[in-house]
Amino acid sequence: MSAPAMGTSKTAHSDSSNKKKKGPGTLATAYLVIYNVVMTAGWLVIAVGLVRAYLARGSYHGLYYSIEKPLKFFQTGALLEILHCAVGIVPSSVVLTGFQVMSRVFLTWAVTHSVREVQSEDSVLLFVVAWTVTEIIRYSFYTFSLLNHLPYLIKWARYTFFIVLYPMGVAGELLTIYAALPYVQKTGLYSITLPNKYNFSFDYHTFLILVMVSYIPLFPQLYFHMMRQRKKVLGHVEEYSKVE
Amino acid sequence: MKHYEVEILDAKTKDKLCFLDKVGNIFTFIFTLYPQWYPARQSIRLDPKGKSLKDEDVLQHLPVGTTATFYFRDLGAQISWVTVFLTEYAGPLLIYLMFYFRVPFIYAPKYDFTTSKHWVVHLACMCHSFHYVKRLLETLFVHRFSHGTMPLRNIFKNCTYYWGFAAWMAYYINHPLYTPPIYGEQQIRLALIVFLFCQIGNFSIHIALRNLRPPGSKTRKIPYPTKNPFTWIFLLVSCPNYTYELGSWLGFTLMTQCLPVAAFTLVGFIQMTVWAKGKHRSYLKEFRDYPTLRSPILPFIL
Repeated sequence: MSAPAMGTSKTAHSDSSNKKKKGPGTLATAYLVIYNVVMTAGWLVIAVGLVRAYLARGSYHGLYYSIEKPLKFFQTGALLEILHCAVGIVPSSVVLTGFQVMSRVFLTWAVTHSVREVQSEDSVLLFVVAWTVTEIIRYSFYTFSLLNHLPYLIKWARYTFFIVLYPMGVAGELLTIYAALPYVQKTGLYSITLPNKYNFSFDYHTFLILVMVSYIPLFPQLYFHMMRQRKKVLGHVEEYSKVE
Repeated sequence: MKHYEVEILDAKTKDKLCFLDKVGNIFTFIFTLYPQWYPARQSIRLDPKGKSLKDEDVLQHLPVGTTATFYFRDLGAQISWVTVFLTEYAGPLLIYLMFYFRVPFIYAPKYDFTTSKHWVVHLACMCHSFHYVKRLLETLFVHRFSHGTMPLRNIFKNCTYYWGFAAWMAYYINHPLYTPPIYGEQQIRLALIVFLFCQIGNFSIHIALRNLRPPGSKTRKIPYPTKNPFTWIFLLVSCPNYTYELGSWLGFTLMTQCLPVAAFTLVGFIQMTVWAKGKHRSYLKEFRDYPTLRSPILPFIL
């Protein structure tokens, strides 16, 4: 459940206006600004890469290969965000952030990277585009928030684009996992059978099906949470002259 | 010295309807006004975010002035600790046996109602069953609980944990393709010794803790080593019941050489460490003279 990785950190970076919390120290703030700027830049690189590849080839097909490396690099880099929560410089739940980032990393490495045959699927493009747009908005949102100068447009975008991007990303992810199933079953990828000396077995094919099923309870919850956040954050906008 | 008692008398007959001198009386009073809130699910405190007052707290001794304001919170549906323990322990006992006897629809039909050819599998079943029977009996006859109840949703969470893990472990240990421990009889014998030693140890601690507390009371005292050598570990550890529990499961892991058992042991260890640290902290807070040599769960380490 990772399509737009938005809003799980619901109090992150002072986006809910009336929180008088003590933020991270100056050093931590400087680090976080650099981190978020780098991530924004990284996902912009991916966005530009996608556009250029599309213009060069003239088709949507197989664009994954043109941005494979930066995608892996920057998506995996997001693991640092778990550390940020654990250390306390970001006021989000470690568990929630961990879950969000791990599911992205899972899709990037354990599905798309590991099952070569799905890399040319159009569903991959679907979630890559969703993630790219989401992350560009999210990381710039955090950057501006940390600098205490958040343009309303960015705030609006963060709490509005997800309405389309989230389902789009989920669709892409589910279709990709589904496409991977036959290959996983055929090759026994990441699976362990009995007998063995650890008396343990694991069927990756079944596991992937369970992952797909888990979207059913999880996706609506996350989606409606974002909807509620949207009402809370954007709903009272006419009461404020300045955004903060 | 202030003197507080609240008497509620019938206006006409002057009969005493109600007499409040303990917090527990307030619980009863609220219960009569709001029958959906039985006393176990009521929490009353002097500060909205403060600690709950206890049943036996005397009103007169509360730090209040001439007027007292209490804050009420509904703790949600409650269930007794005994019920939860009995349910969460009975599950693994029965579930494991279902796998042991290879009840249909678990393994391939040709194995239905057969038994494993490895003697360690029979031994494991005896140990696992003994462990949970012991827990059930301790729940009924040994433990003296501080709290009567816990939130109802805990029973679902706890049973999922215990029953789920029991099924997962039992599936592999009783599987027709089970592989016995690499070092054979030596490994199994050592594992059994560790297991039994820790079971006795764990039981000894439960008895020692029970004896600290007179029947029906909720007093808290520092536990000390008794004549029973298994309790001498109190010199080094605040919660040796957890230490011995970890030891038992390490023994069982060694005995069965099964990864799911190792996983169960690890998760249990993490949870027990959290509990032990909390308990250790409350001991330190409550008792000035608490022995400094003690660690929460692992001597000198954790």
